[in-house]
Amino acid sequence: MTYKTDLPVMLPVKPREPEPFLSLTPWHMLAIALLTIIGPSIAFAQSGSEAQSPLAVLMNWAPLLLKGFIFNLVISISAMALGTVVGAMLGLCQISLLAVTRHSSWFVTQFFRNAPWLVLLFFAMFLLPFEIKFFSLTIPFPDWFKAILGLSLPVMANVSEIVRGAVRSLPSGQWEAAESLAYTRLQTLWLIIIPQCVKRMLPPWMNLYSILTMATVLASIVGVNEVMTLTGQALASEGGRPDLLAPFYGFVLLLFFIYCYPIARFTVWLEKKYAVIT
Amino acid sequence: MDFVFDWFRVLYQETGINLPFLYDEYDRNRMIDGFFTTVWLSMVCLFFSVIIGIIGAWLQGSSFKWTRRIINSYIQIFRNTPPLVQLYFFYFAIGTLLPRIENDWGGQSPILGSFAWAAISLSFFAGAFNVEIFRSGIEAVPKSTVEAAEALGFSKLQIYREITLPLAFRVVLPALNNNLVNLVKTTTLAYAIAVPEMLYEANQIWSDNVNVTEMMVFLLLAYFVLVGVLVGGMNRWERAMKIPGYGG
Repeated sequence: MTYKTDLPVMLPVKPREPEPFLSLTPWHMLAIALLTIIGPSIAFAQSGSEAQSPLAVLMNWAPLLLKGFIFNLVISISAMALGTVVGAMLGLCQISLLAVTRHSSWFVTQFFRNAPWLVLLFFAMFLLPFEIKFFSLTIPFPDWFKAILGLSLPVMANVSEIVRGAVRSLPSGQWEAAESLAYTRLQTLWLIIIPQCVKRMLPPWMNLYSILTMATVLASIVGVNEVMTLTGQALASEGGRPDLLAPFYGFVLLLFFIYCYPIARFTVWLEKKYAVIT
Repeated sequence: MDFVFDWFRVLYQETGINLPFLYDEYDRNRMIDGFFTTVWLSMVCLFFSVIIGIIGAWLQGSSFKWTRRIINSYIQIFRNTPPLVQLYFFYFAIGTLLPRIENDWGGQSPILGSFAWAAISLSFFAGAFNVEIFRSGIEAVPKSTVEAAEALGFSKLQIYREITLPLAFRVVLPALNNNLVNLVKTTTLAYAIAVPEMLYEANQIWSDNVNVTEMMVFLLLAYFVLVGVLVGGMNRWERAMKIPGYGG
C-alpha cells in the first residue's frame, strides 16, 4: 500500500492512479451486457438448428418489452409523485410541536418503513375495492392504479424520514436566529428551513426513486401487465425454450441497469457537490 | 394451549374474524414453518452477504486494476437492477444451465432448489451494498493507524483482519443495520420462486380460507415484529461494541 506523503525522502514508489467512482467505460458495459445475453445462447446453439436464434427471437419481442418497461417508468413516476407529496406532509408532521401529531406520524412512518414492499403491495392489491361507488358516480380502480397506491406507501414513509432527517440535520442556530428575527414558525419553516433542506434531501430522494423503479417489477407478482409479466408471457408463447431464458431476463436486467445507473452516478455527483467540507 | 386456540375458533364463529393459523393445526404448522423459513433464509443471507461484503471490500483495496474493476462492476450491476429480476435470472436462466441430478424417487431434479437460489441471489444483492458499506468504513480508518501497523511488521492481510476491519466494523454498524433490515424485507421476494416462506404460506392460507384481510394484517404485524427484534438486537450490539472516543 502506498500513500501520498510530504516527506521528500519517502516518495511513494508508484502512486495509485486516480480512479473515478466506477472505472468502467461504456465499452466494458457493452461487453458485459453482450456476455450475459449472448453467452448462454451460444452454449445452447449446438442443439436445434432449425429454430430461430435466441437473439432474433429477442429482437422480435424487444418492442413489446420496451413498452412494458415504459409502463414501469410511468408507475414509478406516479408512485414517486404521490409518495413525495404525502410523505413530505407526514415528515413535517413528525417535527410538529403537537405531541399527538408527532407521535402518530412517527408511528405511521415506522410502520410503513418496516413492512416489506411486497407485502404492502399485496395489501393494496387485495384490500382496495376494484371500484368505488360515489353516489351515482363509479370510479374504477384498475390494477395498475392499485399498484401505484401500494408502491407509494413505502415511498411515503421513506420520504417522511428523509424530510425529518434533513430538518434535524440543520444546526439549531438556524431556528433560533429566525426566532430572534421575529419570524413565525410557519415562516421559519417555509423561508429558512425548507430551502436549505431541499439540497440535502435531493440525493437520498433520488436514491429512493431508483429503489422504487427497481421495485416496480414487484407489480408483476400481483398481475400488472408490466415488463416482467410481458417477459413471462413472451417466453411462454415461444414454447418455453430454455435457451431463451437467459437472454430475456438479461435483457430486462439491462433495461433497468441503463435507466438506474445514470441516476446512481448523478446522485453520487450531487452528494459530492453538496458535501460539507470538514 | 388448546384453550387459547379454541377461543380463536369461537372468535371466528361469533365475529367472523378468521384466524385459522391459530385454531387449525394444519394451518398453524404451515405458518410456523413459513416463519422459520423466513428466519432461516434471512440468517443465511445475512451471513453470506456480510462475508461477501468483507471479502469484496478487501479486494477493492487490491493493487490489481482488474480485480478492482470486476468488484466495481459486480457492485454496480447488482445495485442498479431489480432484485426480483436477479432472482428470476438466477433461478430460471442459470438454474436451467446447471446439470440435473437424480432424486430419491428416480426423477430428475435441479441441483439447487428454490431456497438455495433465493439464498444465493439475495446474498449477492445485499452483498453488493455491503461491499460499499465496508469500503466506506475502511476509508474512515486513519492512515496513520495502518502505517503504525505496517511499522510494527504486520502483513497486509494481518492489518486488514486485525486492525482495519475491527475498527471499520464499528463505524459501519449503523449503515450495516439498515442494509440488513432491508435484506430481511427483501426475503419476501422469494415468494416469487415458491420458497415456502411467510408470505407464501400466508398466501396459501388465504387462498384456502378466503380471509385476506386478517392474514394481511397479521403479516404486516409479523414483519413489523421481526424487523423490530432485529433492529433492537443490532442496536444493543452496536452499543456493546462501541469504542469510547472512536467513530462518533
